Amino acid sequence: MPRVREMLAYSFMQNAFAASGIVAVLAGLVGFFLVLRAQSFAGHALSHIGFAGATGAALIGAPPLAGMLAFTLGGGVLMGALGEQVAQRDVAIGVVLSLALGLGVLFLHFFTSSAAQATSLLFGNVLGVDAGTIRALLALAVVGLAALAAIARPLLFASLHPELAEAKGVQLRLIAMLFLAIVALAVAEASQIVGVLLVFTLMVGPPATAQMLSTRFWTALPLAALLALAEAWAGLVLAYATDWPTSFWITALSGAAYGLAALGQRRAAAG
Amino acid sequence: MTSAIRLTGVRLGVAGRMVLNGIDLAIEPGEFIGVLGPNGAGKTTLMRAILGLIAPAAGRIEVFGAPAKPGNAAIGYLPQLRGGLGAPRLRGRDFVAAACDGQLFGLPLLDRGAARAVTAALAAVGAEALADRPIAALSGGERQRLLLAQALLGAPRLLLLDEPLISLDPRRQEELVALVRRLQLRSGVTVLFSAHDLNPLLGALDRVLYLGAGEAALGTVDEVITAPVLSRLYGTAIEVARVHGRVFVLGGGAEAEREAHRHEAHDHHHAAGA
Ligand SMILES: Nc1ncnc2c1ncn2[C@@H]1O[C@H](COP(=O)(O)OP(=O)(O)O)[C@@H](O)[C@H]1O
Ligand SMILES: [Mg+2]
Repeated sequence: MPRVREMLAYSFMQNAFAASGIVAVLAGLVGFFLVLRAQSFAGHALSHIGFAGATGAALIGAPPLAGMLAFTLGGGVLMGALGEQVAQRDVAIGVVLSLALGLGVLFLHFFTSSAAQATSLLFGNVLGVDAGTIRALLALAVVGLAALAAIARPLLFASLHPELAEAKGVQLRLIAMLFLAIVALAVAEASQIVGVLLVFTLMVGPPATAQMLSTRFWTALPLAALLALAEAWAGLVLAYATDWPTSFWITALSGAAYGLAALGQRRAAAG
Repeated sequence: MTSAIRLTGVRLGVAGRMVLNGIDLAIEPGEFIGVLGPNGAGKTTLMRAILGLIAPAAGRIEVFGAPAKPGNAAIGYLPQLRGGLGAPRLRGRDFVAAACDGQLFGLPLLDRGAARAVTAALAAVGAEALADRPIAALSGGERQRLLLAQALLGAPRLLLLDEPLISLDPRRQEELVALVRRLQLRSGVTVLFSAHDLNPLLGALDRVLYLGAGEAALGTVDEVITAPVLSRLYGTAIEVARVHGRVFVLGGGAEAEREAHRHEAHDHHHAAGA
């Protein structure tokens, strides 16, 4: 207990808990639909596009979060506009994401001063979050969740049965664009905590685990957010206790939860 | 009385290719229409046009007297399945429920009336037992029943069922046709039921809509399933044979031959099962 009080006395730890909490809930809920739509690779690509945006912004002296948002939003809307199939077309997305990562490397090359910044962009730096960033994260999360709540119903319909949804008057392309814009927001946020290379750990791991643990939409959806939150906060505590990187602990917990759920499911299927 | 579906001089193209070329026909409310024709004849295209998803290149398509347009609540639709359904881990009930006013914005919450409607649709197709199982654990026939439950939501006056018999074994095919016929007799809904093979539908249908070579023939089985009509639709010499109340389409065209083989394969199944 005294160690917990000591940990929470540090303002950087308070900030880290607040920031990772906000991001985990957003990532878990948005990621749930990403997994449901089998578009997790598109989310991965958006994070790499965001890397180019963040490094490009740093190069011209703008805030990296703003640069990242501009690029992920642009990329998300474009992917949605090009159509459902493109967002699931692995090769095209793979080419674009490596191109974006390459651009990011080029920007970093010109912006030589900061290897530390590169590391924090790639692998996250939740212990370096300040109060201003938390306010920005909170505002973006509120916008993202409000937008998700607004389109959740046609989004679910379009994800489960696109042909019927289209016949019933759902505008598939509009919904796809709006959703990928929301994903872009969540990706930009998650990158602040776990870095662009590890957004999967918050956006895909917990939702995929939740979907294995429950077949009910209204159980699995909040469970995804809860798991993401638990993994992020437990990761922080473990990082504080061990002095190992927070991102490592979050990925380890996310992977362990997924593995255990998969094992449990296999056992249930066999028994 | 307004027709359920009326096509006037309809020309329909997909990707620059004319699929239906000048079709005139009327389908009356309460009819069970078997929609037949070789692969690529335009069965799916016609249904999508009735749904307002494809605009005709010429002519008019009216559904209950109004021009076809997307979002028509009077139509229930079971699309032709390509591959699996999304979200294999989700339970059947939530899959069906997603179609309940799924086009509205907001959260996918069901009020009590909507929840009852979902339960009723599941019960109507005998899928109560499937409601709690994940979609991945269902057989092809069980999935088709969930899709049929979705199509029944909102008490439609017209059901468009696109090849629901695909990948079902003959016994499941008979069950599904009988189920649709029962639902139709109870509610008076108009049914368009497309299929590769006429025989499973013989006991249920009122009239046949046979598509081929850009043309359509609508009439009773005796009027449409004849050598002259089918020869015109297939563009090659076709013979029709009837054996033990079953109909066999035989001919020189590759499609017709494949059809004939399919029919034979079905008969073997039947012989083995009997
Ligand atoms: N997405 C598409 N792109 C190009 N051609 C298509 C497409 N969908 C259908 N077609 C063509 O339209 C014709 C009618 O197809 P369809 O309506 O699916 O036939 P059916 O359902 O009777 O098998 C076919 O010749 C097919 O090649
Ligand atoms: Mg078809």
